[in-house]
Amino acid sequence: MTSTVPSTSQTPAADRPRSRTRPRDTEAARTRRLTLGSSRTVLALGLGALVVAAVLWAAPMVFAVATSFKTEADASSAPLRLFPQNGWTFENYATVLTASGLPRWILNSVIISVIVTAITLVVSVPAAYAFSRHRFRGRGLLFGLTIAAIMVPPQILIVPLFEQMKVLRLSDTLLGVALPQVVAPLMVIVLKNFFDQIPRELEEAARIDGASNLRTLLTVVMPLSRSIMVAVGIFVFIGAWNNFLWPFIVTNSPELMTIPVGLGTVENAYGLQYAQSMASAIVGGLPLLIVFLLFQRQIVKGFASAGLGGGQ
Amino acid sequence: MTAAPQSPVVTRTPLASRGAVWFTVPYAVVFALFLAWPILYGLWMRFTDQSLAAPRVRFVALENYVEALTDPELWASLGNTVLFTVITSVPLVAVAFVLAYLVHTGLPGQWLWRLTFFAPYLLPVSVVAGIWGMVYANDFGLINGLLIELGGSNIPWLSDSRFAMWAIALLTLWWTIGFNFLLYLSALQNIPEHVYEAASLDGAGPWRRLVSVTLPMTRSTTVLIILLQLLASLKVFDQVFLLTAGGPDGATQVILQYIYDAGFSGYRLGYAASVSYLFFALIVLLSIVQVAVMRRVRKES
Repeated sequence: MTSTVPSTSQTPAADRPRSRTRPRDTEAARTRRLTLGSSRTVLALGLGALVVAAVLWAAPMVFAVATSFKTEADASSAPLRLFPQNGWTFENYATVLTASGLPRWILNSVIISVIVTAITLVVSVPAAYAFSRHRFRGRGLLFGLTIAAIMVPPQILIVPLFEQMKVLRLSDTLLGVALPQVVAPLMVIVLKNFFDQIPRELEEAARIDGASNLRTLLTVVMPLSRSIMVAVGIFVFIGAWNNFLWPFIVTNSPELMTIPVGLGTVENAYGLQYAQSMASAIVGGLPLLIVFLLFQRQIVKGFASAGLGGGQ
Repeated sequence: MTAAPQSPVVTRTPLASRGAVWFTVPYAVVFALFLAWPILYGLWMRFTDQSLAAPRVRFVALENYVEALTDPELWASLGNTVLFTVITSVPLVAVAFVLAYLVHTGLPGQWLWRLTFFAPYLLPVSVVAGIWGMVYANDFGLINGLLIELGGSNIPWLSDSRFAMWAIALLTLWWTIGFNFLLYLSALQNIPEHVYEAASLDGAGPWRRLVSVTLPMTRSTTVLIILLQLLASLKVFDQVFLLTAGGPDGATQVILQYIYDAGFSGYRLGYAASVSYLFFALIVLLSIVQVAVMRRVRKES
């Protein structure tokens, strides 16, 4: 998307996805031959093991989805059966989506995760660029602290942060949930490592044309760094979306809760409504699964690069 | 690319750095406010009896530490944390490798396998806790329901101190394996094909190839995953808090649950901060070992 299309390529862009699938299939066959060999027994054993593992991994999800479509009576009736006696029902979903806090919590999660992702990127990208390219006073100190900060488990900050939010009058506000999550030392390092690998010639050319530092970053460096910024953005988004402890500590009002907090606390209060709580679990888990399906390739690629940077 | 002339400068000119410091100002501000300040504030809190209940704060010097180090409950929760770390780290590394290897071999259904093993990692902890609360339920839960079907009887997974930690560990395995799985998968995809080709020319069978090609070629990833996993497992809290809150009889009381109980159930913030820093020291120690080990592995390969 960013680089120039080689002029020799005759295939129009629209054809490319289709022509890509065929080599991938033969590639799979080749890895199969290289790793497992061509013995049919070995292939069958491998496939069998995969199927068993996948069934085990899918079972809790399938069970939860099935339960969410049952009536409460069927969900909690003793002999476990796949097909409920009273038939399937959408009622749990209707209740959860209209008469519970869930829609509000989803909205809060979206707002908070978007704020956290946006601020983190806006704050981290220029800093990482400066660390990568420039020498300035305090660089050594700030960069050293950034590396050291990777070790700090966020959980140990909870107690002092809780007191700090009271002083700043941010307790029980959406901003109070979001702001402490925007410091991402690991992401700054990941971005810096990426910037380090971009050749400087392009920037030097831009500079000779009289572009400022900011302009160079915006028009030369950032377009070349789309992939890593998307990967970092997705990571930060997932982290903020699934964060439980901090939002749980800092919010009290049910209308300010995020999905993990709302489902974890308020929903438990209903106690014995199994089918309904499975329906809210499914609805609560779905948004991020959809994000994953949309960005699968970037996420998988991002794991390869960011994971090697040092952690979750 | 542009009309820029062939660079006449032989030595590389540093890009003009004047004003570059401003690029770091927003980051420095949030770093100072939400990371450095809480750390320093926490350092101070350790020496106080700061409480959620009483407004006045008294300086108590090392009293908190004397209390913490002599509290058998703290040692018990440290022991539980270590137990959890051991029983989750081993399968989370080994099973992740097996799954990634099987998926990597190119058996049909790539996309589906990858989704199945990775998807749970994307679920918020409360969703996982909700689903597994149901899986572990008596009579109509997935596991007990099947046990009864096979002629067994209910096992109170989460409310019996013999099983609770293992039950938490099993759901953690299910929930978080996707991360290690993807790291392994990308490591496997980076093994050059010619190594396998050479091995097969030498007459190595599939087992031989796995043992003498794949395992050694992914060694540095294995070390990385083990170290990340140890750090992640030591920090266990959310799923414990939601499913057992440390119970039954303290069987799943892990260190962060202890800190939470002290600070937010017991209102003793100063004491909770003290224990937090003990935990932090443990993490730092492990991280230093991690860096040293990584350096050695890199040097060897």
